[in-house]
Amino acid sequence: MGCGRSPVLACDDRPRPTSLSDLFFSFTWLALQGFGGVLAVVQQELVERKRWMTNEEFVENWAVAQILPGPNVINISIMIGSRYFGLPGALAAMSGMIVLPLLLLLVLTVSYQQFSDIPAVAGALRGMGAVAAGLIMATGLKMLPALRKNPLGVPLCALFAGVCFVCIALLRVPLVYVLFGLGGIACVIAYWRIGR
Amino acid sequence: MTALMIDLQWHDWLSLFLHYAMLSLISIGGVITTVPEMHRYLVDQHAWLTDAQFNGSIAIAQAAPGPNMLFVGIVGWNIGLNAGGFAWAAFGLLLTLLGTLLPSSLLTYFAAQWGHRNRELRAVRAFKLGMGPIVVALLVATGWILAGAHRDAQQDWRLWLLSALTVVLVARYRVHILWLLALGGILGASGWI
Repeated sequence: MGCGRSPVLACDDRPRPTSLSDLFFSFTWLALQGFGGVLAVVQQELVERKRWMTNEEFVENWAVAQILPGPNVINISIMIGSRYFGLPGALAAMSGMIVLPLLLLLVLTVSYQQFSDIPAVAGALRGMGAVAAGLIMATGLKMLPALRKNPLGVPLCALFAGVCFVCIALLRVPLVYVLFGLGGIACVIAYWRIGR
Repeated sequence: MTALMIDLQWHDWLSLFLHYAMLSLISIGGVITTVPEMHRYLVDQHAWLTDAQFNGSIAIAQAAPGPNMLFVGIVGWNIGLNAGGFAWAAFGLLLTLLGTLLPSSLLTYFAAQWGHRNRELRAVRAFKLGMGPIVVALLVATGWILAGAHRDAQQDWRLWLLSALTVVLVARYRVHILWLLALGGILGASGWI
């Protein structure tokens, strides 16, 4: 398969990470830029700045990272790292994403616990929590238009999304039942619709 | 943040690890989608964490740079602190992070190549497309639960208003999240919410 037809195999004349430490520090750098989430930065750094992959390749990788369980941005770092340097590459990219941000987060957490008696600090975190909740909802809403081309069709997508929301947000049904029950039905219908 | 005093036995730590390993394997759409289940397990069922500690862990990880999933480690850190000190906190952090990362990362590593090679298979496409509406609704439901976790009725409407404002500004006007987090921080620090 030529590199033109294979979206995940990098062409030889394309920029690529030069070494494991290049991978590690590239992912550390983009993780440290991602406040409130890393996805937007991953796309910008890898596609627009470093040009390791085209936007189409990124979308394809992201779809797989989304399908697989686990943290999506960690998954995509594993996929990219392993494509260039195998298992060592996967570990380098993944630890780049985690090690320094985690240390920074610990420093913030510990200092927060020392200052948590100050009402202004607790208030600030409460306010940022309300914003964070809104950010997550907004991310979900921004993904809604992607369902328009879903073979399930808009009415069925709306039904599944609505039932899922009611089960999780209002009825507090454990996630496993919703994912495998409702998700299983949706997948079977999607399988049938694709085959028609 | 009111601290808890809890007594965790080795089998409690083991079930904590196994619960996170289980969540790791079902966290399709991201770790954040398992937040409702984590909350049910840790706060409602076992009372290893207070509501405030749970939400605080998520908020601080969201506010800090880096993958949001690192909040899992902070949740483990806080459980360890409740169980008695920094050594347990570090243990809790490693346990929850390892539980969250190990199963899904191994699966990703081995499945990514296979999934890519077979991405035209009808079953692969059906799985990917069928899960779409579920994953999207899960994100909205997660935000809903986090926004509604505050119990003080008199203050509720302001926090809700701030969450709703954030939804509109981000989804509709693509305002940079740093500005919104700063706004939330300032409003909170000034005592308005």
